[in-house]
Amino acid sequence: MNKYNKMNRRDLLKSLATVPVLGAVLYGWHKKKQAVELMKKAMHSEISLNAYNPVIEKEVAAGKKLRIGIIGAGSRGSALLKGAGFVPPETIDSWKEDAAKDKNNTRYEEYLEQEDLNVELVAVCDIFESYAERAIKAGANIFREGSNGKMGNEPKRYRTYQELLADDNIDAVIIGTPDHWHGTITIAAAKAGKHIYCEKPMTWTVPETYEVVKAVQENNVVFQLGHQNRQNESYFKAKEAIEKGIIGKVNLIEVTTNRNSPGGAWVYDIHPDANEQTIDWEQFIGPAPKHEFSLERFFRWRCWWDYSTGLSGDLFTHDYDAMNQILGLGIPHSAVSSGGVYHYKDGRTVPDVLQSVFEYPQKDLSLVYSASLASNKHRGRTIMAHDGYMDVGGELKVFADRGSTKYKQQIEDGLIDPEIPIYSYVPGQEHVDAITSPTEKYFAQRGLLYSYHKGKRLSTTHLHIKDWIDAIRTGRKATCNENRGFEEAITAHMGTIAYREQRKVFWDADKQEIV
Amino acid sequence: MENKTKAQLFWLVILRLAIGWHFLYEGLVKLSNPNWTSFGYLMDSKGLFEGMFHSMAENESVLNIVDFLNIWGLIAIGLSLIVGFLSRPAIIGGITLLAFYYLSHPAFISLKYALPSTGSYFIIDKTIIELFALVVLFVFPTSKEIGIDKLVFTIKPSTRENE
Repeated sequence: MNKYNKMNRRDLLKSLATVPVLGAVLYGWHKKKQAVELMKKAMHSEISLNAYNPVIEKEVAAGKKLRIGIIGAGSRGSALLKGAGFVPPETIDSWKEDAAKDKNNTRYEEYLEQEDLNVELVAVCDIFESYAERAIKAGANIFREGSNGKMGNEPKRYRTYQELLADDNIDAVIIGTPDHWHGTITIAAAKAGKHIYCEKPMTWTVPETYEVVKAVQENNVVFQLGHQNRQNESYFKAKEAIEKGIIGKVNLIEVTTNRNSPGGAWVYDIHPDANEQTIDWEQFIGPAPKHEFSLERFFRWRCWWDYSTGLSGDLFTHDYDAMNQILGLGIPHSAVSSGGVYHYKDGRTVPDVLQSVFEYPQKDLSLVYSASLASNKHRGRTIMAHDGYMDVGGELKVFADRGSTKYKQQIEDGLIDPEIPIYSYVPGQEHVDAITSPTEKYFAQRGLLYSYHKGKRLSTTHLHIKDWIDAIRTGRKATCNENRGFEEAITAHMGTIAYREQRKVFWDADKQEIV
Repeated sequence: MENKTKAQLFWLVILRLAIGWHFLYEGLVKLSNPNWTSFGYLMDSKGLFEGMFHSMAENESVLNIVDFLNIWGLIAIGLSLIVGFLSRPAIIGGITLLAFYYLSHPAFISLKYALPSTGSYFIIDKTIIELFALVVLFVFPTSKEIGIDKLVFTIKPSTRENE
């Protein structure tokens, strides 16, 4: 026999014996690809949503520097200032420390990347010394460097909002006061010709709601209500999906609040430097009923109707505004509410559990709000219709309904699985994709995908402030303008009145009043 | 080769095919999903090497390389194991990939992952078992008996002269 082995047939067979297995794998892959393609095709022919990416409009930051004043610079006020580009140096220091300790902590980096809106903070009005001082430091910290860094000019301190509004060197104001001051200050600011960014809810009482709209429109100022969720990408998508009729005609909307912590229930910390000397109590009370000095009431004002608009004004308004944005709901025909102070027996008058039901007979739908400040059970926001339903949150998921008429055939053919979203949208992902793997969904839910793709995660508060500033510069209306604010405030007031007066409340659309 | 029974050889080849199948299919599915990236997986990493995996994910060019190597590594290793061509380097490559997967998500009780788990694991999980299986294939190679390696390396002095 030859020393070198000659290939015989048997050896060749042995060499190639496993190659056919390759065919099996490739066949499987091909089949999977086909199924996915088919599913996508089936869905796209139904859904045909543009895979457009809501682009954050790059409008003018150029031009004259806008001069801004802040009225009410507490915790929300500070967040608004941050969105506008003003953070106290101490905060920068702690962000830097955090980043040094944990390099995954990118708050400072993200803040540095936040667009410069070409505005300056020239005026601060707060009735608590520490808050005023903090805001002044934030206003001077224009180089974003921290305690040892360069500082710009300090904004001027005003003791009252009237004095601030009388200053002609201010173009616009941010209002971050407690609810009972929103309407009063907004009206005064509009009359003083200042553009206004006001925290939600727009008003504390029904009558001032009309006055705000009138004052804003008569004085031709740009008004933005603080529903920063207006900038949420997934809401744009949800609106588009509704308009395309993907889930059919909506009949029920369910929105919820689920919180379970003292902070979540408005039991905020009392500042160590707070006392009768450092707080202007008279000014705090303002339009509210007289009451002796109380640190609890000053810091935890949301717990008392004397200053608060309750769950309806504080938290339902965000959900309402989201739904108003997506569905163009407008003001409901009627409202009923019930609930009580069931968990926080701390002397509060505002309920910590609340259910409100709003009817829209002209639209054939109900809007249900259900809130608990003593349970974290996540219930989300759902828009329900005959052909499908939609979960709207940071991301958007659309499901076909098992009993759908529209998708009946596709469900029977196995092209649509009611358990799997027919459409899901994760902000930050370039593509709208119908079939994401379970793993991807998992990561997306936990926000792990947000900073990916273009790399930037932007704060909606910043975008909302930017929207306002851009609107001022270009002379357009802001996204959440006084008309949207009117609908928001009236709806929230209807929910509150229904609870407080224990009755069904109606909106008389002809007379434009609550009855 | 001389001291393997037919059954031993048969099951070793089956094991090789199974792992090859797993790698190849995983690679192909990733390849055909234009949105696929290892970003989320790397960011979900916990344990001793967490920092390293996170920095891999955060650097875009590194991430691109990782994605490329992962997809094509899986496909190449899968192909190679199935047809039995250049099996030794393929097995080493496979062990390396699996070691990365394991080290990025070690199965320790104190670590919680976003990625849903399919069972209960303590130290030993399916990844490391697959890794050990590859080691077994490394010490009991089969591609020169069943596989293209036989064809390629057969133009060598044969051991068959004794036959």
